[in-house]
Amino acid sequence: MSAISLRGARLSYGDRVLWDGLDLDVEPGEFLAVLGPNGSGKTSLMRVLLGLQPLSSGTVLIAGGNHAIGYVPQQRALDQSMTLRGRDLVGLGLDGHSWGFGLRGRRERRIRVDAAIASVGGSRYADSPVGVLSGGEQQRLRVAQALVGDPAVLLCDEPLLSLDLANQRVVSELIDKRRREADTAVLFVTHELNPVLPLVDRVLYLVGGRFRVGTPEEVMNSRTLSELYRTPVEVVRVRDQILVVGAGACEEQTHHLSAEAAS
Amino acid sequence: MSFLDLLELDFVQTALIAAAVLGLVAGVLGPLVVTRKMAFAVHGTSELAFTGGAAALLLGVGIGYGALAGSIIAAVLLGVLSRRESDRDSVIGAILAFGLGMGILMLALYKGRASNKFGLLTGQIVGVDSTDLNLLVVSSGVVLVVLAFIYRPLFFASVDPDVAVSRGVPVRALSVVFAVLVGVATALSVQVVGALLVLALMITPAAAAMRVTASPLRATVLSVVFAEVAAVGGILLSLQPGLPVSALVTAVSFVIYLVCRGIGALRRRVLV
Ligand SMILES: Nc1ncnc2c1ncn2[C@@H]1O[C@H](COP(=O)(O)OP(=O)(O)OP(=O)(O)O)[C@@H](O)[C@H]1O
Ligand SMILES: [Mg+2]
Repeated sequence: MSAISLRGARLSYGDRVLWDGLDLDVEPGEFLAVLGPNGSGKTSLMRVLLGLQPLSSGTVLIAGGNHAIGYVPQQRALDQSMTLRGRDLVGLGLDGHSWGFGLRGRRERRIRVDAAIASVGGSRYADSPVGVLSGGEQQRLRVAQALVGDPAVLLCDEPLLSLDLANQRVVSELIDKRRREADTAVLFVTHELNPVLPLVDRVLYLVGGRFRVGTPEEVMNSRTLSELYRTPVEVVRVRDQILVVGAGACEEQTHHLSAEAAS
Repeated sequence: MSFLDLLELDFVQTALIAAAVLGLVAGVLGPLVVTRKMAFAVHGTSELAFTGGAAALLLGVGIGYGALAGSIIAAVLLGVLSRRESDRDSVIGAILAFGLGMGILMLALYKGRASNKFGLLTGQIVGVDSTDLNLLVVSSGVVLVVLAFIYRPLFFASVDPDVAVSRGVPVRALSVVFAVLVGVATALSVQVVGALLVLALMITPAAAAMRVTASPLRATVLSVVFAEVAAVGGILLSLQPGLPVSALVTAVSFVIYLVCRGIGALRRRVLV
Protein backbone atom coordinates (compact mmCIF):
# COMPACT_ATOMS: atom_id res chain seq x y z
CA MET A 1 0.00 0.00 0.00
CA SER A 2 1.21 3.49 -0.84
CA ALA A 3 2.17 5.81 1.98
CA ILE A 4 0.49 8.73 0.25
CA SER A 5 -2.16 8.47 -2.40
CA LEU A 6 -3.83 11.35 -4.23
CA ARG A 7 -6.55 10.68 -6.83
CA GLY A 8 -7.85 13.34 -9.19
CA ALA A 9 -6.86 15.94 -6.65
CA ARG A 10 -7.79 19.53 -7.38
CA LEU A 11 -7.10 22.57 -5.25
CA SER A 12 -8.41 26.01 -6.08
CA TYR A 13 -8.85 29.22 -4.15
CA GLY A 14 -11.80 30.97 -5.75
CA ASP A 15 -11.24 30.67 -9.50
CA ARG A 16 -7.48 30.33 -9.09
CA VAL A 17 -6.55 26.69 -9.71
CA LEU A 18 -3.29 25.62 -8.08
CA TRP A 19 -3.36 22.10 -9.48
CA ASP A 20 -5.96 19.82 -10.98
CA GLY A 21 -6.16 16.14 -11.85
CA LEU A 22 -3.21 15.29 -9.66
CA ASP A 23 -2.73 11.52 -9.32
CA LEU A 24 0.18 10.73 -7.08
CA ASP A 25 1.28 7.65 -5.19
CA VAL A 26 4.30 7.89 -2.95
CA GLU A 27 5.62 4.52 -1.82
CA PRO A 28 7.15 3.81 1.59
CA GLY A 29 10.83 4.72 1.46
CA GLU A 30 10.43 6.88 -1.63
CA PHE A 31 12.00 10.34 -1.82
CA LEU A 32 9.87 12.79 -3.78
CA ALA A 33 11.17 16.30 -4.41
CA VAL A 34 8.50 18.98 -4.91
CA LEU A 35 9.67 21.89 -7.05
CA GLY A 36 8.04 25.00 -8.41
CA PRO A 37 8.15 28.79 -8.29
CA ASN A 38 6.76 30.84 -5.40
CA GLY A 39 3.01 30.56 -5.10
CA SER A 40 2.71 27.41 -7.22
CA GLY A 41 1.02 25.50 -4.40
CA LYS A 42 3.79 23.48 -2.74
CA THR A 43 2.94 24.47 0.81
CA SER A 44 -0.74 24.09 -0.04
CA LEU A 45 -0.05 20.49 -1.08
CA MET A 46 1.54 19.88 2.33
CA ARG A 47 -1.49 21.40 4.03
CA VAL A 48 -3.77 19.09 2.07
CA LEU A 49 -1.74 16.06 3.15
CA LEU A 50 -1.82 17.25 6.76
CA GLY A 51 -5.59 17.51 6.57
CA LEU A 52 -5.54 21.26 7.17
CA GLN A 53 -6.85 22.17 3.74
CA PRO A 54 -9.74 20.31 2.11
CA LEU A 55 -9.36 19.39 -1.57
CA SER A 56 -11.68 21.13 -4.01
CA SER A 57 -12.23 17.69 -5.50
CA GLY A 58 -10.56 14.28 -5.52
CA THR A 59 -9.32 12.19 -2.65
CA VAL A 60 -6.26 12.03 -0.43
CA LEU A 61 -5.17 9.08 1.66
CA ILE A 62 -2.29 8.84 4.14
CA ALA A 63 -1.41 5.40 5.46
CA GLY A 64 -1.51 5.61 9.24
CA GLY A 65 -3.28 8.96 9.41
CA ASN A 66 -2.12 12.22 10.94
CA HIS A 67 -0.08 10.81 13.78
CA ALA A 68 2.12 9.01 11.30
CA ILE A 69 3.27 12.29 9.78
CA GLY A 70 6.41 14.20 10.68
CA TYR A 71 6.29 17.80 9.52
CA VAL A 72 9.05 20.36 9.08
CA PRO A 73 7.17 23.62 8.42
CA GLN A 74 8.37 26.30 6.03
CA GLN A 75 10.67 28.34 8.15
CA ARG A 76 9.33 31.01 10.42
CA ALA A 77 11.64 32.19 13.18
CA LEU A 78 10.57 31.27 16.71
CA ASP A 79 9.69 34.03 19.14
CA GLN A 80 12.80 35.58 20.71
CA SER A 81 11.51 35.61 24.28
CA MET A 82 9.85 32.20 24.25
CA THR A 83 10.29 30.08 27.37
CA LEU A 84 11.25 26.97 25.48
CA ARG A 85 14.49 25.06 25.11
CA GLY A 86 15.57 23.06 22.12
CA ARG A 87 14.85 19.81 23.90
CA ASP A 88 11.31 20.96 24.73
CA LEU A 89 10.63 21.72 21.08
CA VAL A 90 11.86 18.30 20.03
CA GLY A 91 9.97 16.59 22.87
CA LEU A 92 6.70 18.13 21.68
CA GLY A 93 7.18 16.29 18.39
CA LEU A 94 7.23 13.04 20.34
CA ASP A 95 4.18 13.33 22.58
CA GLY A 96 2.96 16.94 22.53
CA HIS A 97 -0.36 15.82 21.11
CA SER A 98 -1.28 13.39 23.90
CA TRP A 99 -3.50 14.35 26.81
CA GLY A 100 -2.40 14.47 30.41
CA PHE A 101 1.00 15.20 31.91
CA GLY A 102 2.78 12.07 30.76
CA LEU A 103 4.68 11.44 33.95
CA ARG A 104 5.34 7.82 33.09
CA GLY A 105 8.19 6.77 30.82
CA ARG A 106 10.14 10.00 31.28
CA ARG A 107 13.47 8.20 31.17
CA GLU A 108 12.80 6.53 27.87
CA ARG A 109 11.38 9.79 26.54
CA ARG A 110 14.56 11.60 27.46
CA ILE A 111 16.70 9.00 25.73
CA ARG A 112 14.70 9.31 22.51
CA VAL A 113 14.75 13.10 22.57
CA ASP A 114 18.49 13.16 23.25
CA ALA A 115 19.12 10.73 20.41
CA ALA A 116 17.06 12.80 17.98
CA ILE A 117 18.91 15.96 18.97
CA ALA A 118 22.28 14.27 18.68
CA SER A 119 21.41 12.99 15.19
CA VAL A 120 21.13 16.56 13.90
CA GLY A 121 24.23 17.62 15.80
CA GLY A 122 22.23 19.82 18.16
CA SER A 123 23.40 18.56 21.55
CA ARG A 124 25.48 21.65 22.17
CA TYR A 125 22.51 24.02 22.17
CA ALA A 126 19.71 21.65 23.24
CA ASP A 127 19.32 23.46 26.56
CA SER A 128 19.44 27.00 25.20
CA PRO A 129 16.27 29.04 24.72
CA VAL A 130 15.13 28.43 21.13
CA GLY A 131 14.62 32.14 20.52
CA VAL A 132 18.33 32.90 20.70
CA LEU A 133 19.38 30.13 18.30
CA SER A 134 20.38 30.89 14.72
CA GLY A 135 18.02 30.10 11.88
CA GLY A 136 20.04 27.05 10.91
CA GLU A 137 20.16 25.74 14.46
CA GLN A 138 16.38 26.13 14.79
CA GLN A 139 15.94 24.38 11.47
CA ARG A 140 17.99 21.38 12.60
CA LEU A 141 15.90 21.12 15.76
CA ARG A 142 12.81 21.21 13.54
CA VAL A 143 14.12 18.19 11.66
CA ALA A 144 14.80 16.39 14.95
CA GLN A 145 11.28 17.27 16.08
CA ALA A 146 9.81 15.75 12.92
CA LEU A 147 11.89 12.58 13.16
CA VAL A 148 11.56 11.85 16.86
CA GLY A 149 7.95 10.67 16.51
CA ASP A 150 8.92 7.79 14.20
CA PRO A 151 6.94 9.07 11.21
CA ALA A 152 5.80 6.86 8.33
CA VAL A 153 5.50 9.96 6.17
CA LEU A 154 7.83 12.93 6.35
CA LEU A 155 6.74 16.28 4.93
CA CYS A 156 9.55 18.82 4.70
CA ASP A 157 8.82 22.35 3.50
CA GLU A 158 12.15 23.81 2.38
CA PRO A 159 14.12 22.19 5.20
CA LEU A 160 17.47 23.24 3.78
CA LEU A 161 16.66 26.93 3.94
CA SER A 162 19.24 28.92 5.94
CA LEU A 163 21.53 25.91 6.35
CA ASP A 164 25.14 26.15 5.24
CA LEU A 165 26.49 23.53 2.83
CA ALA A 166 27.85 21.27 5.54
CA ASN A 167 24.56 21.24 7.40
CA GLN A 168 22.55 20.86 4.21
CA ARG A 169 24.44 17.62 3.78
CA VAL A 170 23.95 16.60 7.44
CA VAL A 171 20.21 17.15 7.24
CA SER A 172 19.61 15.62 3.84
CA GLU A 173 21.69 12.56 4.69
CA LEU A 174 19.80 12.21 7.93
CA ILE A 175 16.50 12.23 6.09
CA ASP A 176 17.88 9.83 3.51
CA LYS A 177 19.04 7.45 6.24
CA ARG A 178 15.64 7.64 7.89
CA ARG A 179 13.75 6.60 4.78
CA ARG A 180 16.18 3.78 4.02
CA GLU A 181 16.14 2.35 7.53
CA ALA A 182 12.50 2.95 8.47
CA ASP A 183 10.89 3.03 5.03
CA THR A 184 9.57 6.52 5.60
CA ALA A 185 8.06 8.21 2.55
CA VAL A 186 9.58 11.67 2.11
CA LEU A 187 8.02 14.71 0.43
CA PHE A 188 10.71 17.31 0.17
CA VAL A 189 9.81 20.82 -1.00
CA THR A 190 12.86 22.66 -2.20
CA HIS A 191 13.99 25.49 -4.44
CA GLU A 192 17.38 23.86 -4.80
CA LEU A 193 17.32 20.42 -6.33
CA ASN A 194 21.08 19.93 -6.58
CA PRO A 195 21.91 19.38 -2.90
CA VAL A 196 19.46 16.45 -2.78
CA LEU A 197 19.69 15.28 -6.40
CA PRO A 198 21.46 11.98 -5.56
CA LEU A 199 18.67 11.10 -3.12
CA VAL A 200 15.69 11.98 -5.27
CA ASP A 201 13.61 9.13 -6.71
CA ARG A 202 11.00 11.29 -8.36
CA VAL A 203 10.21 14.94 -8.88
CA LEU A 204 6.85 16.73 -8.75
CA TYR A 205 7.21 20.02 -10.61
CA LEU A 206 4.40 22.58 -10.22
CA VAL A 207 4.14 25.69 -12.41
CA GLY A 208 1.12 27.98 -12.69
CA GLY A 209 -1.56 25.28 -12.46
CA ARG A 210 0.35 22.71 -14.56
CA PHE A 211 2.48 19.93 -13.15
CA ARG A 212 4.67 17.00 -14.12
CA VAL A 213 5.66 13.93 -12.09
CA GLY A 214 8.58 11.69 -12.98
CA THR A 215 12.20 10.81 -12.39
CA PRO A 216 14.65 13.73 -12.43
CA GLU A 217 15.65 12.70 -15.97
CA GLU A 218 12.04 12.72 -17.16
CA VAL A 219 11.18 16.09 -15.66
CA MET A 220 14.39 18.09 -15.52
CA ASN A 221 14.95 18.45 -19.23
CA SER A 222 14.57 21.38 -21.61
CA ARG A 223 11.50 20.02 -23.38
CA THR A 224 9.43 19.25 -20.25
CA LEU A 225 10.27 22.44 -18.39
CA SER A 226 9.65 24.56 -21.50
CA GLU A 227 6.20 23.00 -21.73
CA LEU A 228 5.54 23.63 -18.06
CA TYR A 229 6.73 27.23 -18.12
CA ARG A 230 5.35 27.81 -21.65
CA THR A 231 8.53 29.63 -22.55
CA PRO A 232 11.90 28.37 -23.75
CA VAL A 233 13.81 26.94 -20.81
CA GLU A 234 17.25 25.46 -21.14
CA VAL A 235 18.29 22.66 -18.78
CA VAL A 236 22.00 21.95 -18.67
CA ARG A 237 23.72 19.12 -16.87
CA VAL A 238 27.14 20.07 -15.58
CA ARG A 239 28.83 17.12 -13.94
CA ASP A 240 26.25 15.98 -11.37
CA GLN A 241 24.43 19.31 -11.17
CA ILE A 242 21.36 20.48 -13.04
CA LEU A 243 21.27 24.10 -14.15
CA VAL A 244 18.00 25.65 -15.27
CA VAL A 245 18.32 28.70 -17.45
CA GLY A 246 15.46 30.98 -18.48
CA ALA A 247 12.72 29.88 -16.11
CA GLY A 248 13.22 33.13 -14.24
CA ALA A 249 12.15 35.14 -17.26
CA CYS A 250 8.43 34.48 -16.81
CA GLU A 251 8.11 33.37 -13.21
CA GLU A 252 9.95 34.23 -10.08
CA GLN A 253 13.34 32.61 -9.71
CA THR A 254 13.10 28.92 -9.07
CA HIS A 255 16.74 28.20 -8.60
CA HIS A 256 19.55 30.36 -7.37
CA LEU A 257 21.62 28.74 -10.03
CA SER A 258 19.31 29.87 -12.79
CA ALA A 259 19.76 33.46 -11.67
CA GLU A 260 23.50 33.11 -11.70
CA ALA A 261 23.58 31.36 -15.02
CA ALA A 262 21.28 33.88 -16.65
CA SER A 263 23.23 36.94 -15.57
CA MET B 1 -3.76 44.11 68.35
CA SER B 2 -0.50 42.34 67.76
CA PHE B 3 0.37 40.66 64.48
CA LEU B 4 -0.19 37.22 65.99
CA ASP B 5 -3.58 38.19 67.38
CA LEU B 6 -4.55 39.32 63.90
CA LEU B 7 -3.61 35.92 62.51
CA GLU B 8 -6.03 34.27 64.92
CA LEU B 9 -8.98 36.08 63.38
CA ASP B 10 -11.32 33.99 61.28
CA PHE B 11 -11.60 36.40 58.41
CA VAL B 12 -7.84 36.76 58.21
CA GLN B 13 -7.41 33.00 57.99
CA THR B 14 -10.10 32.78 55.33
CA ALA B 15 -8.31 35.50 53.41
CA LEU B 16 -4.99 33.69 53.66
CA ILE B 17 -6.48 30.42 52.39
CA ALA B 18 -8.18 32.27 49.53
CA ALA B 19 -4.90 33.97 48.64
CA ALA B 20 -2.97 30.70 48.71
CA VAL B 21 -5.46 28.94 46.42
CA LEU B 22 -5.50 31.88 44.08
CA GLY B 23 -1.72 32.11 43.99
CA LEU B 24 -1.57 28.47 42.92
CA VAL B 25 -4.11 28.84 40.09
CA ALA B 26 -2.79 32.17 38.84
CA GLY B 27 0.79 30.96 39.07
CA VAL B 28 0.09 27.85 37.01
CA LEU B 29 -1.91 29.70 34.34
CA GLY B 30 0.46 32.65 34.15
CA PRO B 31 3.26 31.24 31.95
CA LEU B 32 0.70 29.99 29.41
CA VAL B 33 -1.04 33.37 29.41
CA VAL B 34 2.26 35.14 28.82
CA THR B 35 3.37 32.67 26.14
CA ARG B 36 0.09 33.14 24.32
CA LYS B 37 0.45 36.92 24.66
CA MET B 38 -2.88 37.18 26.44
CA ALA B 39 -2.01 39.75 29.10
CA PHE B 40 -4.39 42.26 27.57
CA ALA B 41 -7.07 39.58 27.25
CA VAL B 42 -6.76 38.87 30.98
CA HIS B 43 -7.14 42.56 31.68
CA GLY B 44 -10.21 42.74 29.44
CA THR B 45 -11.69 39.66 31.05
CA SER B 46 -11.20 41.10 34.50
CA GLU B 47 -13.03 44.29 33.51
CA LEU B 48 -15.93 42.15 32.38
CA ALA B 49 -15.78 40.28 35.68
CA PHE B 50 -16.19 43.70 37.26
CA THR B 51 -19.22 44.33 35.07
CA GLY B 52 -20.68 40.96 36.06
CA GLY B 53 -20.02 41.69 39.71
CA ALA B 54 -21.70 45.07 39.42
CA ALA B 55 -24.71 43.47 37.76
CA ALA B 56 -24.88 40.92 40.57
CA LEU B 57 -24.74 43.70 43.16
CA LEU B 58 -27.62 45.47 41.44
CA LEU B 59 -29.68 42.29 41.17
CA GLY B 60 -28.90 41.28 44.72
CA VAL B 61 -27.16 37.96 43.96
CA GLY B 62 -23.69 36.93 45.08
CA ILE B 63 -20.95 39.10 43.57
CA GLY B 64 -18.79 36.01 43.07
CA TYR B 65 -21.33 34.42 40.73
CA GLY B 66 -21.78 37.66 38.84
CA ALA B 67 -18.03 38.01 38.33
CA LEU B 68 -17.78 34.40 37.22
CA ALA B 69 -20.59 34.82 34.68
CA GLY B 70 -19.10 38.09 33.41
CA SER B 71 -15.65 36.73 32.76
CA ILE B 72 -16.82 33.48 31.19
CA ILE B 73 -19.02 35.43 28.79
CA ALA B 74 -16.02 37.66 28.07
CA ALA B 75 -13.75 34.67 27.47
CA VAL B 76 -16.18 33.02 25.07
CA LEU B 77 -16.79 36.32 23.25
CA LEU B 78 -13.07 36.85 22.84
CA GLY B 79 -12.59 33.30 21.66
CA VAL B 80 -15.36 33.57 19.07
CA LEU B 81 -14.81 37.14 17.85
CA SER B 82 -11.05 37.15 17.52
CA ARG B 83 -10.37 34.26 15.20
CA ARG B 84 -7.08 35.73 14.12
CA GLU B 85 -4.39 36.72 16.57
CA SER B 86 -3.88 39.96 14.67
CA ASP B 87 -7.29 41.39 15.53
CA ARG B 88 -7.47 40.12 19.08
CA ASP B 89 -6.21 43.34 20.66
CA SER B 90 -8.78 45.52 18.97
CA VAL B 91 -11.64 43.13 19.79
CA ILE B 92 -10.59 43.15 23.45
CA GLY B 93 -10.34 46.93 23.47
CA ALA B 94 -13.86 47.30 22.10
CA ILE B 95 -15.43 44.78 24.50
CA LEU B 96 -13.48 46.08 27.49
CA ALA B 97 -14.52 49.68 27.02
CA PHE B 98 -18.18 48.78 26.62
CA GLY B 99 -18.14 46.41 29.61
CA LEU B 100 -16.48 48.95 31.87
CA GLY B 101 -19.05 51.56 30.90
CA MET B 102 -21.90 49.18 31.66
CA GLY B 103 -20.33 48.31 35.01
CA ILE B 104 -20.09 51.97 35.99
CA LEU B 105 -23.70 52.51 34.95
CA MET B 106 -24.84 49.63 37.14
CA LEU B 107 -22.82 50.87 40.09
CA ALA B 108 -24.42 54.28 39.66
CA LEU B 109 -27.86 52.66 39.82
CA TYR B 110 -26.89 50.64 42.92
CA LYS B 111 -28.13 52.18 46.15
CA GLY B 112 -26.27 50.00 48.67
CA ARG B 113 -23.04 50.55 50.59
CA ALA B 114 -20.35 52.36 48.68
CA SER B 115 -17.56 50.13 49.97
CA ASN B 116 -19.08 47.23 48.03
CA LYS B 117 -18.59 49.21 44.85
CA PHE B 118 -15.01 50.16 45.53
CA GLY B 119 -14.18 46.59 46.52
CA LEU B 120 -14.95 45.30 43.04
CA LEU B 121 -12.26 47.44 41.54
CA THR B 122 -9.56 47.17 44.17
CA GLY B 123 -10.29 43.95 45.98
CA GLN B 124 -11.89 43.09 49.31
CA ILE B 125 -10.28 39.89 50.41
CA VAL B 126 -11.02 40.52 54.06
CA GLY B 127 -14.65 40.43 53.02
CA VAL B 128 -14.37 36.90 51.63
CA ASP B 129 -16.75 34.73 53.63
CA SER B 130 -17.00 30.96 53.81
CA THR B 131 -19.46 30.58 50.90
CA ASP B 132 -17.12 32.65 48.73
CA LEU B 133 -14.26 30.49 49.91
CA ASN B 134 -16.11 27.33 48.93
CA LEU B 135 -16.82 28.70 45.49
CA LEU B 136 -13.18 29.69 45.19
CA VAL B 137 -11.77 26.33 46.24
CA VAL B 138 -14.15 24.28 44.10
CA SER B 139 -13.69 26.38 40.97
CA SER B 140 -9.93 26.41 41.43
CA GLY B 141 -9.96 22.65 41.73
CA VAL B 142 -11.94 22.32 38.52
CA VAL B 143 -9.59 24.70 36.69
CA LEU B 144 -6.52 22.76 37.83
CA VAL B 145 -7.96 19.36 36.93
CA VAL B 146 -9.00 20.46 33.45
CA LEU B 147 -5.65 22.14 32.95
CA ALA B 148 -3.75 19.02 33.99
CA PHE B 149 -5.64 17.04 31.39
CA ILE B 150 -5.10 19.43 28.47
CA TYR B 151 -1.71 20.75 29.53
CA ARG B 152 0.61 19.14 26.99
CA PRO B 153 -1.42 19.76 23.82
CA LEU B 154 -2.23 23.25 25.08
CA PHE B 155 1.43 24.00 25.59
CA PHE B 156 2.22 22.54 22.16
CA ALA B 157 -0.47 24.73 20.59
CA SER B 158 0.85 27.77 22.44
CA VAL B 159 4.48 27.57 21.42
CA ASP B 160 4.33 25.82 18.06
CA PRO B 161 0.82 26.07 16.58
CA ASP B 162 1.71 25.04 13.00
CA VAL B 163 3.25 21.73 13.97
CA ALA B 164 0.68 21.16 16.72
CA VAL B 165 -2.12 21.43 14.15
CA SER B 166 -0.29 18.99 11.92
CA ARG B 167 -0.14 16.48 14.77
CA GLY B 168 -3.89 16.60 15.22
CA VAL B 169 -3.99 18.92 18.23
CA PRO B 170 -7.38 20.73 18.27
CA VAL B 171 -5.74 24.15 18.50
CA ARG B 172 -8.89 26.22 18.00
CA ALA B 173 -10.97 24.33 20.58
CA LEU B 174 -8.13 24.39 23.11
CA SER B 175 -7.81 28.14 22.84
CA VAL B 176 -11.49 28.58 23.71
CA VAL B 177 -11.20 26.13 26.63
CA PHE B 178 -8.12 27.94 27.87
CA ALA B 179 -9.87 31.31 27.57
CA VAL B 180 -12.67 29.96 29.77
CA LEU B 181 -10.18 28.64 32.35
CA VAL B 182 -8.51 32.04 32.40
CA GLY B 183 -11.94 33.62 32.73
CA VAL B 184 -12.76 31.53 35.79
CA ALA B 185 -9.41 32.24 37.41
CA THR B 186 -9.79 35.92 36.65
CA ALA B 187 -13.23 36.07 38.22
CA LEU B 188 -11.80 34.43 41.33
CA SER B 189 -8.89 36.86 41.51
CA VAL B 190 -11.20 39.82 41.09
CA GLN B 191 -12.59 39.14 44.56
CA VAL B 192 -9.17 39.18 46.12
CA VAL B 193 -7.20 41.86 44.35
CA GLY B 194 -9.97 43.56 42.37
CA ALA B 195 -10.51 43.94 38.67
CA LEU B 196 -7.78 46.53 38.25
CA LEU B 197 -5.05 44.39 39.70
CA VAL B 198 -5.63 40.86 38.44
CA LEU B 199 -2.58 41.26 36.27
CA ALA B 200 -0.44 41.44 39.40
CA LEU B 201 -1.28 37.84 40.20
CA MET B 202 -1.60 36.29 36.78
CA ILE B 203 0.96 38.12 34.64
CA THR B 204 3.66 39.65 36.79
CA PRO B 205 4.85 36.47 38.58
CA ALA B 206 4.91 34.51 35.31
CA ALA B 207 6.70 37.30 33.47
CA ALA B 208 9.24 37.42 36.30
CA ALA B 209 9.80 33.65 36.23
CA MET B 210 10.23 33.61 32.47
CA ARG B 211 13.00 36.17 32.79
CA VAL B 212 15.21 33.79 34.72
CA THR B 213 14.67 30.39 33.11
CA ALA B 214 14.02 28.90 29.69
CA SER B 215 12.66 25.63 31.06
CA PRO B 216 8.85 25.59 30.90
CA LEU B 217 8.57 23.39 34.00
CA ARG B 218 10.90 25.55 36.09
CA ALA B 219 9.13 28.68 34.88
CA THR B 220 5.79 27.30 36.08
CA VAL B 221 7.15 26.29 39.49
CA LEU B 222 8.77 29.69 39.99
CA SER B 223 5.67 31.47 38.82
CA VAL B 224 3.59 29.64 41.45
CA VAL B 225 6.12 30.46 44.15
CA PHE B 226 6.17 34.14 43.16
CA ALA B 227 2.38 34.35 43.00
CA GLU B 228 2.11 32.74 46.45
CA VAL B 229 4.66 35.09 47.92
CA ALA B 230 2.85 38.08 46.42
CA ALA B 231 -0.68 37.01 47.42
CA VAL B 232 -0.01 35.60 50.90
CA GLY B 233 2.86 37.98 51.61
CA GLY B 234 0.80 40.96 50.48
CA ILE B 235 -1.99 40.11 52.90
CA LEU B 236 0.39 39.55 55.82
CA LEU B 237 2.11 42.84 55.17
CA SER B 238 -1.19 44.69 54.97
CA LEU B 239 -2.51 43.47 58.33
CA GLN B 240 -0.59 45.47 60.89
CA PRO B 241 -0.49 48.87 59.19
CA GLY B 242 -4.04 48.32 57.91
CA LEU B 243 -3.17 49.18 54.31
CA PRO B 244 -5.14 48.02 51.26
CA VAL B 245 -4.35 44.41 50.39
CA SER B 246 -4.24 45.03 46.67
CA ALA B 247 -1.60 47.75 47.01
CA LEU B 248 0.74 45.41 48.85
CA VAL B 249 0.06 42.39 46.62
CA THR B 250 0.94 44.40 43.53
CA ALA B 251 3.94 45.96 45.23
CA VAL B 252 5.40 42.60 46.28
CA SER B 253 4.82 41.10 42.88
CA PHE B 254 6.38 44.08 41.13
CA VAL B 255 9.48 43.95 43.34
CA ILE B 256 9.88 40.27 42.45
CA TYR B 257 9.54 41.19 38.80
CA LEU B 258 12.24 43.86 39.01
CA VAL B 259 14.62 41.52 40.80
CA CYS B 260 14.09 38.81 38.17
CA ARG B 261 14.64 41.29 35.35
CA GLY B 262 17.89 42.26 37.02
CA ILE B 263 19.00 38.65 37.39
CA GLY B 264 18.04 37.91 33.79
CA ALA B 265 19.99 40.87 32.47
CA LEU B 266 23.04 40.03 34.58
CA ARG B 267 22.99 36.45 33.41
CA ARG B 268 22.77 37.39 29.79
CA ARG B 269 25.76 39.65 30.20
CA VAL B 270 27.76 36.88 31.84
CA LEU B 271 26.82 34.39 29.11
CA VAL B 272 27.63 36.66 26.19
N1 LIG C 1 -6.16 30.16 2.40
C1 LIG C 1 -5.89 30.70 1.20
N2 LIG C 1 -6.81 31.45 0.56
C2 LIG C 1 -6.55 31.98 -0.65
N3 LIG C 1 -5.40 31.83 -1.31
C3 LIG C 1 -4.43 31.10 -0.72
C4 LIG C 1 -4.63 30.50 0.56
N4 LIG C 1 -3.51 29.81 0.88
C5 LIG C 1 -2.66 29.99 -0.14
N5 LIG C 1 -3.20 30.76 -1.11
C6 LIG C 1 -2.57 31.13 -2.37
O1 LIG C 1 -2.19 29.96 -3.03
C7 LIG C 1 -0.96 30.13 -3.68
C8 LIG C 1 -0.02 29.00 -3.34
O2 LIG C 1 0.45 29.18 -2.03
P1 LIG C 1 1.55 28.20 -1.41
O3 LIG C 1 1.85 28.70 -0.05
O4 LIG C 1 1.08 26.81 -1.56
O5 LIG C 1 2.78 28.47 -2.38
P2 LIG C 1 4.22 27.81 -2.36
O6 LIG C 1 4.35 27.00 -3.60
O7 LIG C 1 4.46 27.11 -1.08
O8 LIG C 1 5.14 29.09 -2.49
P3 LIG C 1 6.55 29.45 -1.79
O9 LIG C 1 7.61 28.91 -2.67
O10 LIG C 1 6.56 30.94 -1.80
O11 LIG C 1 6.54 28.88 -0.41
C9 LIG C 1 -0.44 31.50 -3.29
O12 LIG C 1 -0.62 32.37 -4.36
C10 LIG C 1 -1.32 31.91 -2.13
O13 LIG C 1 -1.57 33.28 -2.17
MG1 LIG D 1 5.66 27.43 0.55
